[in-house]
Amino acid sequence: MSDTTLQEKPDLQIDQDQGNFSYPENYAFDAGTGLTDKTIDYICDAKEDPDWVREFRKKALKVFNEKPLPTHWASKDLENIHFDDFRYYLSKGAKPKRSWDEVPDDVKRTFERLGIPEKERAFLAGVEAQFDSEAAYSNIKKAVAEQGVIFVGSREGLKDHPEIFKKWFGKVIPTADNKFSALNSAVFSGGSFIYVPKGVKVKHPLQAYFRINAENFGQFERTLIIVDEGAELTYMEGCTAPKFDSVTLHSAVVELVAMKGAKLQYITVQNWSPNVFNLVTKRGLAHEESEIKWIDCNIGSRLTMKYPGVILKGRKARGEVLSIALANNGQHQDTGAKMIHAADETTSNIISKSISIGSGRATYRGLVHIPRHLKGCKNNTECDALLINTESRTDTYPAIVTRGEGNSVQHEASVSKVSAEQIFYMQQRGLSEGQAMSLSVNGFVNDLVRQFPMEYSVELKRLIDLEMEGSVG
Amino acid sequence: MKNALEIKGLKAAIQGTEILHGLNLTIPKGEVHAIMGKNGSGKSTLAKVMAGHPDYEVTGGDVLLDGKTILGLEPDVRAREGLFLAFQYPSEIPGVTIANFMRAALNARRPEGQEIDAVEYYNELYKKMDLLKIDRAFTSRAVNDGFSGGEKKKNEILQMAMLEPKYAVLDETDSGLDIDALKIVSHGVNSLRGPKMGILVITHYQRLLDYIVPDVVHVMVDGRIVKSGPKELALEMEKKGYDWVENLVPA
Repeated sequence: MSDTTLQEKPDLQIDQDQGNFSYPENYAFDAGTGLTDKTIDYICDAKEDPDWVREFRKKALKVFNEKPLPTHWASKDLENIHFDDFRYYLSKGAKPKRSWDEVPDDVKRTFERLGIPEKERAFLAGVEAQFDSEAAYSNIKKAVAEQGVIFVGSREGLKDHPEIFKKWFGKVIPTADNKFSALNSAVFSGGSFIYVPKGVKVKHPLQAYFRINAENFGQFERTLIIVDEGAELTYMEGCTAPKFDSVTLHSAVVELVAMKGAKLQYITVQNWSPNVFNLVTKRGLAHEESEIKWIDCNIGSRLTMKYPGVILKGRKARGEVLSIALANNGQHQDTGAKMIHAADETTSNIISKSISIGSGRATYRGLVHIPRHLKGCKNNTECDALLINTESRTDTYPAIVTRGEGNSVQHEASVSKVSAEQIFYMQQRGLSEGQAMSLSVNGFVNDLVRQFPMEYSVELKRLIDLEMEGSVG
Repeated sequence: MKNALEIKGLKAAIQGTEILHGLNLTIPKGEVHAIMGKNGSGKSTLAKVMAGHPDYEVTGGDVLLDGKTILGLEPDVRAREGLFLAFQYPSEIPGVTIANFMRAALNARRPEGQEIDAVEYYNELYKKMDLLKIDRAFTSRAVNDGFSGGEKKKNEILQMAMLEPKYAVLDETDSGLDIDALKIVSHGVNSLRGPKMGILVITHYQRLLDYIVPDVVHVMVDGRIVKSGPKELALEMEKKGYDWVENLVPA
């Protein structure tokens, strides 16, 4: 349905169709359908990968093929992913442009409709815009680059900055961590590589935007961020894809490293169409007195499985996951957090809010590990679920392993419902049913969203409004 | 009628049981009417049916707002047409401040893309809060979340003041109020009454009508209005009790 006709609907504003549009395909590089050693060679040739990367990819493919799907604990829906039916690499040319004027017209229009250049001008320190497998645009503001901040795609990172890249790549999330991290390691393309030098505090956020345009496609971006001693960074990513009848796969790996005293905040607002399997591995390594905070907002997709984690490796390191998941009709948000305490006086905080609507299903999985020999560690976990209508389902699987004395954990969970009386009350004030539900949901996530940067709380509110409007029959 | 809320032969049922058996009532704009009735006489049902509560089924009659029927319209459409219901038991909306809630309600009345200006909104809000003698901090609290009975009713009146309906129905606004709260709420309603609004006060006790003095009093028994009269009727009811009117019910 996407290959010949222009599916743009000029009357509709982007707000209304939630990124549900695509342009005809016109790729210079296409690795074809299916995944074999040959696919890997094609990708390596197209990207002009160094030999060590080719080897890394091929090893990873082996691991991927050997590893079973985690269906003993996860959704059986994973079995509906047919890995041979996907296209693993599609690109219009590997080099991202530094100016929007040089970006191919259809790609540029896509990002304009998503409001990216506008946001870049308004409040960002740098933007990378990925279209299917490769970044079409990548730019960092001059003042930020002059401080020594590196912000490029993974391909440029591994070629131009091998001394930093190789040191950390695949170290926070090893290839064999899970089947999907292995898949990503085999076919990764795009994503960001960021290095913030010692003491540099990047004032404005860097943003990456991941856009899937093609049908039967798998997007496998790979992000590696290193924030050196005492440095600070906020990174934001946004994701959308058009709605196709066929399945789309998004399987990213994101590795974060915060050196001593560094602060790193990673914000995701994804708004995937309901045909996307979103299976992402995200983990940070926090050194002494550093802080890693994941803010993760999952809207849309058919199935999302994502459990951002922090390994608290250095004394007094701090990890935080604030997450919101909205499971609309037919969707399953299987999300959570992992906190691995590996040093004394480390603290972690997990706040998870999920909303299930109609037949939507939200699952929280948490893992907090504090081994016996540690002292003065603290974890706080809060999971709140909101159900809208009786079909909705929510499950909580918190696994908190604490050994040793002098460590403390706290866990709270709640489930609430939006009642028919509440909706009637709001409707009596003039709000439509959709607006009423949207307001309830916004109220439910409000105390969490207040901790988000302004621009992102506005964006999230808008997405919730759209999602709720669409859920009223 | 152009300037009235008219209820004509209204019949309504919940889960197959008819509660309203052909009720007639006309509230002209600019007047305050009161309905008195015992528990179970159908007073609250009337309020909910007018507002379009989904649990009730209208089985006969009509409700006309300025001559146009509102039956069959969604509750929010009725509200935007100018009908306001002050709830007996207002719902809580955790996490949504009163200020944001009312702003959303006002914006729902405006064309898309023409949201109310924030400065204009807060000017209006503070003006109304001063009029109703409500503390400024009140509107930064989540709607009815953990409110006392008095605070909930105060919130209902504040919303009524902000939304400026053509017709307001106050369902047992006095229930659960102590005398101080009753005075504040009555003061609010009295400040809002005027030629642009028709008000229907539903109550179980005569006491409220000492503070909100109605133009007309109606007595409701078993899903019908059985007697109407001037404000003195409320006092007579108080003296003689409901037994007196129950004998008036047509067989």
